Amino acid sequence: MTKSFILAGFGGQGILFAGRQLAACGMAKGYNVSWLPSYGPEMRGGTCNCSVIISDEEIGSPIVTNPNYAVVFNLPSFDKFEPLVQSRGTMFVDSTLVNKISWRDDISGYYIPATKLAEDNGLVGGANVVMLGKVVAATRLFTRDEFLKSMAASIPASKAELMENNTKAFDIGMGYK
Amino acid sequence: MAKVLMKGNEAIAESAIRHGCLHYFGYPITPQTEIAEYMAKRMPKVGGLCLQAESEVAAINMVLGAASAGARTMTSSSSPGISLKCEGISYLIGSDLPCLIVNIQRGSPGLGSIQPSQQDYYQATKALGHGDSQVPVLAPSSVQELADFAGVAFDIGDKYRTPVMLLADGALGQMMEPVELAPEGQTVLPDKPWATNGHENKRKRNIINSLYIQPDVLEKVVLERYKRYGQIEENEIRFENYMTEDADIILVSYGITSRICKTAVGMAREKGIKAGLFRPITLWPYPKKQLMALADQAKKFLVVELNMGQMVDDVKVSIESKKPVHFFGRTGGMMPSPADVLRAIESEGGVR
Repeated sequence: MTKSFILAGFGGQGILFAGRQLAACGMAKGYNVSWLPSYGPEMRGGTCNCSVIISDEEIGSPIVTNPNYAVVFNLPSFDKFEPLVQSRGTMFVDSTLVNKISWRDDISGYYIPATKLAEDNGLVGGANVVMLGKVVAATRLFTRDEFLKSMAASIPASKAELMENNTKAFDIGMGYK
Repeated sequence: MAKVLMKGNEAIAESAIRHGCLHYFGYPITPQTEIAEYMAKRMPKVGGLCLQAESEVAAINMVLGAASAGARTMTSSSSPGISLKCEGISYLIGSDLPCLIVNIQRGSPGLGSIQPSQQDYYQATKALGHGDSQVPVLAPSSVQELADFAGVAFDIGDKYRTPVMLLADGALGQMMEPVELAPEGQTVLPDKPWATNGHENKRKRNIINSLYIQPDVLEKVVLERYKRYGQIEENEIRFENYMTEDADIILVSYGITSRICKTAVGMAREKGIKAGLFRPITLWPYPKKQLMALADQAKKFLVVELNMGQMVDDVKVSIESKKPVHFFGRTGGMMPSPADVLRAIESEGGVR
């Protein structure tokens, strides 16, 4: 089993954090994982992405060209990665910020108004975790408890109160139909 | 000890501290700045020193000072910054001073790009400083090895009194992987009776110096140093064989590229191509004998690097050109995919 992700959006949306949560939970479950952020010229333009691989085999290249899953938080990222998703792969789209759907018939798509859901629930900045809720629900790579436990462990004790909001945001995403 | 998820750069820094390095001198440059950032955060907490110098030249000379006083010390940079350090590195070699120098390579020459590269192979393995000199070079291929080899590098440096280079690239420096770190506070540092740390009138004074005006004296010093290089060649060579036992085509690749090659070897095997990978881990000393041992069995070799073929000569020399040596690479900071490498295997090693 090898699953690859690309998470992409603007800087400040918590893209790298979200990718890291997936990698950390994979590690906690005993998988090999890698997380590679974009740090190159594209970052200078304000966009941001990271590649995550979760596998029960040794991970070769940490660079993901054709992901199983693309999680996108803005239009440029949708346009860039939608054609690259593997056949039978899945897109997760923040539909508050991306007013577009994929017409590919060989991939599936989840369109979640994550930014709006977060704002409506007093969780500004929590769209990334809302999306993670949907990703975990749809991919079934982890259970809710596995994921939240791993996320809590990655948050420093001084910011432990954030976990309450993260849990709320995660559950909103997980329950979104 | 449980595994933690860490960036390669951070893993180097934490591992260095756990291996007793309490003196870090650096200057920021992408893609290795996290090393300095991490050191700035951690060193004050462990009673160490992290100093951002005014330049790379200053930083390497501070390393020279700290190493002279017997401290376990290091610096880090990326390609253009390493070029600036080269004068100081030659002085460290000429003064027989151990230290760790980390190069997280980026696209070059000049200021180049900030993306991963292996374009400093020649510089690292042939002439990191001027003069008759060598520096042991370790090429890790995972975050775990970045951490482990930082410790290995310090030990080799102390044992043979030489600077040691950890040669990695932007991808390894930036990526996160699970890593198991050495336990804290367990490193026992070796005695350094040669250090200039104050004789207190209890011993003869020590002198650290790389200037020998008398040529016959200098020759002796160089010859003595080459005896130690011989011991390093004898004792410290590291390499990995991956599916080479029955391989017709053997890829030769190190660092991040060797991982891409491993995936490509697996893809080739699925297609019925008997491919294998030989991974040099020490780039100097080069595992010549170990590569030669494969020369009779293999039909051809394919060198894969993120440069224009800088390791090809070392492979040809190692196997005494017994078999054809092909090359595939990307440069400038570009990375091949496993499928690209597979195509190169299938076309018997064409240059892109």
